[in-house]
Amino acid sequence: MDSKPSETVPYPVKILVAGGFGVGKTTLVGSVSEIRPLQTEELLTEQSVGVDDTSGVERKTTTTVAMDFGRITLSERLILYLFGTPGQDRFWFMWDELAEGALGAVVLADTRRLAECFPAVDYFERRGLPFIIGVNCFDDGYDYSGDEIAAALDLSEDIPVILCDVRQRESGKEVLTTLVRHVIGRQTAKRAAAEATSG
Amino acid sequence: MTGNEWFDEEAGPLVRSYALTRGRARPVTRESFDMMAVIETRGHPAYGQVGIGPEHLAILELCARPLPVAEISGQLQLPLVVVRVLLGDLLDQNLIGVLRPRREETAVNDGTVSEQLLREVLHGLEAL
Repeated sequence: MDSKPSETVPYPVKILVAGGFGVGKTTLVGSVSEIRPLQTEELLTEQSVGVDDTSGVERKTTTTVAMDFGRITLSERLILYLFGTPGQDRFWFMWDELAEGALGAVVLADTRRLAECFPAVDYFERRGLPFIIGVNCFDDGYDYSGDEIAAALDLSEDIPVILCDVRQRESGKEVLTTLVRHVIGRQTAKRAAAEATSG
Repeated sequence: MTGNEWFDEEAGPLVRSYALTRGRARPVTRESFDMMAVIETRGHPAYGQVGIGPEHLAILELCARPLPVAEISGQLQLPLVVVRVLLGDLLDQNLIGVLRPRREETAVNDGTVSEQLLREVLHGLEAL
């Protein structure tokens, strides 16, 4: 009824940027976005248990989860939105909505705090959403190779690990093109596997 | 100064979300307004139309050029849950439309994105 299938419909696609707190998610979004990153908020009501031990009363609290996002107009009709996912673990149930329909995800890692990106890697693996690892190289970060990081994260071999400096627009672009190539490669491999079994 | 100096960001918005939505947590329509659903203004309310507030008008103004729900939320600095309720009101009154891309370019049968679309994204990124 309200659908209007036409050439002129702008088609938004989204890519997620995940990783631990302070790893540079918003910086990456900002360095490639054509607009200053915007923020959208979801109000979440959650049952918080044991907040006050003396009363033992369960209270409902409302939490605001903010997500930063940027926009890149790719063509007349194709618009890419980059969403920085909320860093805190307990907001993960929101990720399902964020991940729904996403092309893929970039998991940013900081070698000094590598463990912080484990939950994101787990989440995308479980969900089957293609992702790559971007190792954000701060000046004072330790030097590791992509292979060492892949081994430390126990990644399957086909997942690209790319060293980057998300403050640089070119570097941010390279991270995104690496992800999209990976998504295309994965689909090609999947299709070949499907044809092999059916043929 | 206009008296606003008493209220900093910590104080939160002066008008609470539930006031904007008149206490409603969900849109009146069945449409769920996905973050990436594209909204386009289709009409304008009659002067003084009941149930249309300044936030509704702001959305209509903004969506003269079609925009996804997330961007409406970001630009108007209103939480998604609030924007969805307001959009529901507008859809109910036929003042907006929800645009959908053609099916064949969005997904192949297993739910993944079509390769043609991915290549278009890749070319777009490389051309930046």
